[in-house]
Parts: sequence; C-alpha cells; structure tokens
Amino acid sequence: MTTAASVDQVFVTLKHWLVFHTPTAFQTLVSILLTIIPIIVIFPALFAVTTVLERKGLGRIQNRYGPNRVGPFGFFQPLADAVKSLTKEDIVPRAADHVVHYLAPLVLVGAAFLAYAVLPIGRNMVAVNLDAGVLFFFAIGAATELAVFMAGWSSRNKYSLLGAMRAIAQMISYEIPLILSSVAVIMIAGTLSTSHIVENQARYTAGIAHWYAFTPWGLAGFVLYMIAATAETNRSPFDLPEGESEIIAGYFIEYSGFKFALFFLAEYLEMFAVSGLGITLFLGGWSSPVSFLTWIPSWIWFFAKLLIMILGFIWIRGTLPRLRMDQLMNFAWKFMLPMSLIVIFTAGVWRFLPHVIAGSAAVGLVVRWLVCALLVIGPYVLLARTLERGRRIEKRTYRYAE
Amino acid sequence: MSERVLDLDPVGAGDTEILEVSMGPHHPSTHGVFRMDVRLEGEKVVRLKPVFGYLHRNHEKIAEHGAYLAAIPYTDRLDYLCSMTNNWGYCLAVEKLAGISVPERAEYIRVIVSELTRFQNHAGLIGFLLQDMGASGTPLMYAFREREKILDLFESLSGARMMCNYMRFGGVRVDCTPAWLDEVRSMLAGLPKFVDEFEALLRGNEILMARTQGVGVLPRELAINAGITGPMLRASGVNYDIRKVDHYGIYDRFEFRVPLGDHGDVYDRYMMRVLEMRESIKILEQALRDIPAGPIMDPKVRLRGLRPKAGEAYGRIESPKGELGFFLISDGSTIPYRYRVRPPSMINLTILEDMCLGQNVADVVITLGSVDIVLGEVDR
Amino acid sequence: MLGEGIIQGLVETARNFFGSYVDKDRLTTVQYPEERQPLPEAARVFPFLLYDGDDPVAGLRCVACQICEKECPPRCIHIDKSKDKKPDFVGKQQFYPAVFNIDVSVCMSCQICVEVCPFDAIRMDNAFELSTTDRFGGLLYTKRELAKSNEYYQQIHPTEAAECDERRAKELADAKAKAAAAAAAAKAAQAANPAAAPESATQASKNGAAAPAPSANGSATGAKGEPAKSETKVGQ
Repeated sequence: MTTAASVDQVFVTLKHWLVFHTPTAFQTLVSILLTIIPIIVIFPALFAVTTVLERKGLGRIQNRYGPNRVGPFGFFQPLADAVKSLTKEDIVPRAADHVVHYLAPLVLVGAAFLAYAVLPIGRNMVAVNLDAGVLFFFAIGAATELAVFMAGWSSRNKYSLLGAMRAIAQMISYEIPLILSSVAVIMIAGTLSTSHIVENQARYTAGIAHWYAFTPWGLAGFVLYMIAATAETNRSPFDLPEGESEIIAGYFIEYSGFKFALFFLAEYLEMFAVSGLGITLFLGGWSSPVSFLTWIPSWIWFFAKLLIMILGFIWIRGTLPRLRMDQLMNFAWKFMLPMSLIVIFTAGVWRFLPHVIAGSAAVGLVVRWLVCALLVIGPYVLLARTLERGRRIEKRTYRYAE
Repeated sequence: MSERVLDLDPVGAGDTEILEVSMGPHHPSTHGVFRMDVRLEGEKVVRLKPVFGYLHRNHEKIAEHGAYLAAIPYTDRLDYLCSMTNNWGYCLAVEKLAGISVPERAEYIRVIVSELTRFQNHAGLIGFLLQDMGASGTPLMYAFREREKILDLFESLSGARMMCNYMRFGGVRVDCTPAWLDEVRSMLAGLPKFVDEFEALLRGNEILMARTQGVGVLPRELAINAGITGPMLRASGVNYDIRKVDHYGIYDRFEFRVPLGDHGDVYDRYMMRVLEMRESIKILEQALRDIPAGPIMDPKVRLRGLRPKAGEAYGRIESPKGELGFFLISDGSTIPYRYRVRPPSMINLTILEDMCLGQNVADVVITLGSVDIVLGEVDR
Repeated sequence: MLGEGIIQGLVETARNFFGSYVDKDRLTTVQYPEERQPLPEAARVFPFLLYDGDDPVAGLRCVACQICEKECPPRCIHIDKSKDKKPDFVGKQQFYPAVFNIDVSVCMSCQICVEVCPFDAIRMDNAFELSTTDRFGGLLYTKRELAKSNEYYQQIHPTEAAECDERRAKELADAKAKAAAAAAAAKAAQAANPAAAPESATQASKNGAAAPAPSANGSATGAKGEPAKSETKVGQ
C-alpha cells in the first residue's frame, strides 16, 4: 500500500493487529471494545473542545475574549466545568418519579451514543455496517424524543411538562423534513447503508467528486437538512424549549449537578451525530471534494467537515434571535415540508433527465442544472412569499412630523 | 395534574385550565426587580397585573428633608442610565421656581450631554430588547461598545460614568475643555456607521420582524388617554415631543425631525429609537459647531443655602424614556415643602396589561422590553 | 426575499469575528487585573483630606468648619471639633477636627463636600480597589486613613492641584504682604502716637482681614494681642 493509503487505514490495521494478538476466546469481546471505546472517548472530548470553542467564538463575535484563564487560551475550561458539575448537589424533587427521573438523562445519552454506530468516520471505519443504517439512525432519533418526555414528565412540575411538550412538538415536526431530505439521497443512491452512500459519492469526474451537495437538489436538501437538524437538537434559533427563560426553563428545570451536564452532553452529541449524518448523506462522508487531495486521510476529512459544521452552528447561534413556538411550527409545516417534497421530485428529475444532450455531456450538465435549479428556486420564492404574507411581515418606512 | 383554585375572579366551569404564573422579581428579562402576575389560558394572556415597588428608596421624602442642592445627586439615581437628563429636569424646575437664568455656554453643554445620554440609552435599550428575544447577547455587546465610549466621555467631564451630578441651578458644575469637545467630535464621527451597522444586523432580519410586528399594539387614543409619553407615544402616531412643544433650553435653535410610527407595535417602537438616535447625532453636530465661549454658571447664584420664594413650579423635559417632570412647592425656606417626580417609566407601564391581552406569553417579555422601563424611576 | 436579512446578519457577525483579531476597535475588553485602563483625571471615588508638608497632623488643612458635614446629602461625614487651635498655612490659629469620619458605605461620591469646602481641605480620591473583609469598621474611614499629602493630590489630579497650589501661594503672598504693611503701619503709628499703637495695629489687621479673596480666611499673622477669629465666607 502507498503511504497515503496506509496512513488512511492506520486505525483499522492497528485494530486488526491487536485483535490478532489476543487469545481466540476473547477476540470478539476485544474487537467490540476496540470499536466502542474510541467513540466513547473521542466524541465527548470533541464535546469538551466544542464548549470552549463556542464560548470563545461567541466572545469574539461579541467583541470580547472568551474564557482565557484556565489553561492556555482557556482550553482547560471544560475541566473546570466538569469539576463544578460533579461537585454540585444533586437535588431531586420529593414528588418526582425517582426512577424515571434518574433514567431520563441516561437514556438520552445512551441514544445519542448509539447513533454513532452507523456513521462512517473513515474508509472501512464504520462501527456497525448495517444495510439499513439510515433507518437505524432515525429510529434512534425517536428514542431521544422519548427521553426528553421522560425528563419532563417525571419532574412532576407543570412548567417542565409544558416545556417538554413544546420540545416534543418541535422535534416531531422537524423530523419530517429531516427524513424527507434524506429520502431524496436514498432514492438516488439506491441504498440505506451509510457506507455505500459514501462510496457512491467518492467517485470523481473531471477531478470533482460526486457529492450530492454539488447538485441543485442536493444543495437545497442539504440546507433543509441542516435547518431541520438545528431544530432537532434544540439549538439556536430553535432553542425555545431550553432557552425560554420566560416561564419555563425547559424540560430539565428540575435537574442539577451532573445530570444537568449530561443533558448538555447529550445535546452536543446529538448535534455531532446529526451533522455527521448530514456529512455522510450530502457532503460525501470521508471523501475529498477534489481528486488531487485524496492523499489526505479520510478520517481527517470527516473531522474537518464536522468542525466546519460546528463552527457554522456557533456562528448562527451568535447571530439570530429565537423563533416563537407558533412561528416555528408554521415554518416546519408550511415551508419545510413542501420544500422537501419538491426536493424529492427534483432529485427524480435530475436522475431521469438525459445526461448527454446535443451530443455533449457538458451541455447536458448545464441543462440539467438549470432545470433543477429552477424547479427548486421557483417554489422557494412562492412559498416564502406566502409565508411572509401569512405573517404580515412587511418592510416599513417611517414619516416625520411636520 | 391538579387545577389551581383561583382566589380572585371565578372561572367558568368546564373552562380550559388557567395557569397563573408569577414572572417574579428575580427574572433575567424584566429589566430590574419587577413582578408580573400573569394569568394564562393555554398560551394566551388573559390578565396581567404589574407589581412594582421592590426598589422604592424614599427619594421624594429624602429630598424634602435636605437642601435643594442635596437632592441633585439623588436625581442621578432615578433613571440610573440617564443621569444627565434627570439632573436637567430637576434644575429646570428649580430655575423656574427661583427665577434663575442660565448662560449660553451652559445651555449648549446641557444639550450636548443630554443628546449623548439619549443616544446611549437608546442603544442600550435596543441591545436589551434583542437580548430578550434570544439573540444571545451579540447586539447587546455591540451597543455597549458604543455606550462605553460615551460613558468614558462623561467620566472625563464630570468625574463619574453614570452618577454624574453634573448640573447645577444656573448652569453646569465644571466647564468642558476644548480637548473634550474634540474627543466628542471624533467619537461622533464614528457613530453614524455604528447606527447603520446596528440597523443592518437586524432590520431586515425575518425572525426579528416576525416577532415584533403586530405584537404589543398600542392604539392612538388609548395612548393619549393613558398619559403615555416619549417614543412609545410617537410610535402610536402622536406628534408630541417636549423639545418641540416647550422649547426648553435652547432646543428651538436646532433643526431636527420627530419620527412617527403608524402601527404602535414593538417594531415601531424599536424603529423610533433607531431614528431618534440619528436625530440626536444631528443635534450634536449642530451644538458642537455652535457652542460659544463664556461663563458656565450664573454668577449671582449661591451654591449653599438657596432659598427660593414661596410658590410652585413644574419643570419637564423630554428624557429618553418620556416626559420627566419635577413638581416643587417652596414655602420660602431652604428645604422644599413638596417634591414630586413624574416618572415616565411608571406611567408608561400602567398600560402594559392592555397591550398584552390576548397574546402569547413569550410576547409579554418583548412588549415589556419595548416600554423601556428602569426600575429606579418606576419605584423612586 | 426570505433569508436575505439573515444572511446580512451573518455577514455582520463574521465581520466582527474576524475583525476582533485585527482591529483594535473590535476587541474592546482589557485583561484586568493584568492590564488596566488609565483613569481620566477627573475620576472621583471617595473623599480624602489634604495636608501640606510632611506632618499629617500639623499640616492638615481642615479647620472643622463642618460645612461639608451639613451639606453632605446622605450625612456620611462626622466631625468633632477640637478644643484647642493650631496655626494654618498663613499662620492664623484655627480649630482642627479631633474626629473626622467618613462612612464610605454611605458616601455616594457626589462631590458636594469638595465643592462647598472653603479651605481646599477635602478632595476626591480615585482609588477604587478598596474592598475589605470587615463590613462595618473597615468601611469607616477615620482622619488617619483619610489624610493624604498634597504631593499625592498633585499626582492624581495634576491640573486641579496646580490651580489650587497657585491660588494658595498667592494667598500666602498676599497675607505676608499685608502683614508687612500692617507691621510697617504699626511702627509708623507707634512712632507717631505711642499710646494708640496697639489698638490701631489690631484695627489695621482686622481691616486687612475683611477684604480678601473668597476662600481665604486670611488675616495677618500680626497677632500681637488676641488671635483674630477666623471668618468664613459663605457661598459664592
């Protein structure tokens, strides 16, 4: 193997070597552990780094330094936060349902971790190579909603129940555009297996990869997917269930100490997982966008893309105010749902338009791009206009006295 | 879940569950220690009772026990973000009562610091409004960046950033140097760009527009009947700016326009303040251009032992929040017989329930933010 | 179009983010306590008492007239007058404060005590890192803690101190000139009329005292007989 390929497969070879050198009775166990432990170590470490990045990023956007006292440039801040959350008193309301109250954060974190099982982090580096990987991912997503409701219900607090119901309404409404945008990809790829979807995108024509995001329907689908993902994970501007300090502090109002930290861990892990799936479906997973950069190892590509998406989340958080509940639901049902159906339709049109028109593949590409782009932009403008009219938003001008 | 039994108004049988929430004094979004007892039916507000008084500090009684001069530092602390305009209101009332005149240069300085105060108050308020909407503090930090520049100017002029204690009966306490005026000019040069940046961040933002347009509507007649003043009144379309009506100070020498809104909702109030910030910049430019040399205090006025003749006077100014008025009754001694403050924030607050009925509870916080209250003034 | 305002907002935020690394105006915080921003000259925190020279007792300017105590809005100053007197900077005998306490937990830094003091004895300090663990005693500043030298005043408020020193130097020179004139007049009067000399001398010195600059309590040192009482001029 060439050096680039061997660097690319270094973890896979390491794992095979370690499994090879253990006694046969323990080989399955060691193999499973060697797959799970890196996930359990890396992604929470990424969570720690993300909390610092977020605070420093928001700080710089707001013309101030972020935390910079603990460690070099403040990068040991998560250690301080961990010590703080571990040493706080764990208060459980007397009327609460103790078993469910205890289990809720655990179920949430567990479900978030399970979602990583089907993400291909590098070439040949997927934890469980399921044929129905995408289906498994969305099924686990439903389990997170269950955990949110468990948290809200068990606290025996009117306000947390209301917060939990709002959170669930939001998450369920946004599941649909999320799934429908990925249906377009599944349709084109013809498979539910995440590693096959990535392999389909890892082919190159004229040096450019076959990423689905490089097609008009893929780009629209990617944008829809990311908006729905932001809503799924309760990030700003959709953080009404957790950020609404008006009457309800959300479904985790009755949690303190380490359980509170577990909720945040789960939120960020979900964020990574759903971004990871977005990368897999639309941005070619671990493949490089241009063929002359394929020497960079695949896992580096995956994490680089993940980092860029995290920075995007932080950027949006620093800029936008929150949406109100009814506006949120309006947006999901009246805008995102029709748009995702349009995306599916456009994906089909893209597939079945002839690839070679007037004897040239380039002309064919241009024509297909134009047709599909129009098919996406037209309904976008129409839907946007109806949305604005429905809400009576207008640009106003002001007059002066005299 | 158990239904709450309401103690006051009986609820019809078979009604949907009514939730009574106290958005209590400890609250991140109520601009101070202020409580609202809100009764919700589902998501809609059916009753809202504002409860204030948590910051009552006996300001009027204290002022009635000391000399006229001793009340000036206490007026700083009424609307603690705008100490200069509070001082001016009180000095205006005493000057009317005692018949004291103010020299030219002092009038110009008063206008300059008051318009700077108006600018920093509106900038801070818009930042807070956006913070309440969940924009995680970014616009607030930008607004505070500019506000700090203005407060630094106040510190080099009067010695303190916010509790300036700067105006005296018959003028101002300390003269401003030409160096200070140059600093104001150079800071002023950067302000229009900031207002543009600020406006661009959020003017076309669809989320902001959706959350503020049509929310917290205050009809014109109701505003006039309830005694609302300030940007809230002008957002409902009433042309009433005390600077134009009373021409106090030397405001009749400056050219500036009064913006008016048509809908009276939160978006209009937000835009009123942005437009007023631009008008303040215009007034500042004119004042800095025209300020004459001269004395800053009326030489006949004694600092200690001011003893106005018996009588009464009401001095009012257009503070950034509305009409700030001081009513003084003198009985001929060195201590005022009656000292009364007309607090614009409190009077604007009385209409909160009417603006919030029928809306979502999330909109209550935004509507409260647009009223622009400072609890120091509401409770005195 | 939908989304346009959002894109504008995102551009604005990105500009601030990248600008914070390059443009000083976009990163406006300083790392206190390692870096401190310089205070402007006029900054005021709490009052302090001034003394001339090196001795905080003998050089203390305060004559316990208690005007600041009366005018202080929250009444945070407490003064006990002494029973005896000591000479001031022009040599006149004045009372001094036996007890001078300021309760800084009450003081609201309004600066009215500074404005009404006729003797340039109390000024505003600008030290603000004053936290203490004793909530009551630690926040009651006595005369010993409040007395700071004129050199310190010149350091923190140079322009004001220069103006104040100039004025006091002029008063001192005026007072010396008056004393010299009164002594010369006394000698001349004594030479002319030996009997009437003492009264006219004191009369001349009293007249010399009645006319001065507002904040001076100046009468000549002459003081051959009884010490002249200090006159305080009210208001300005």
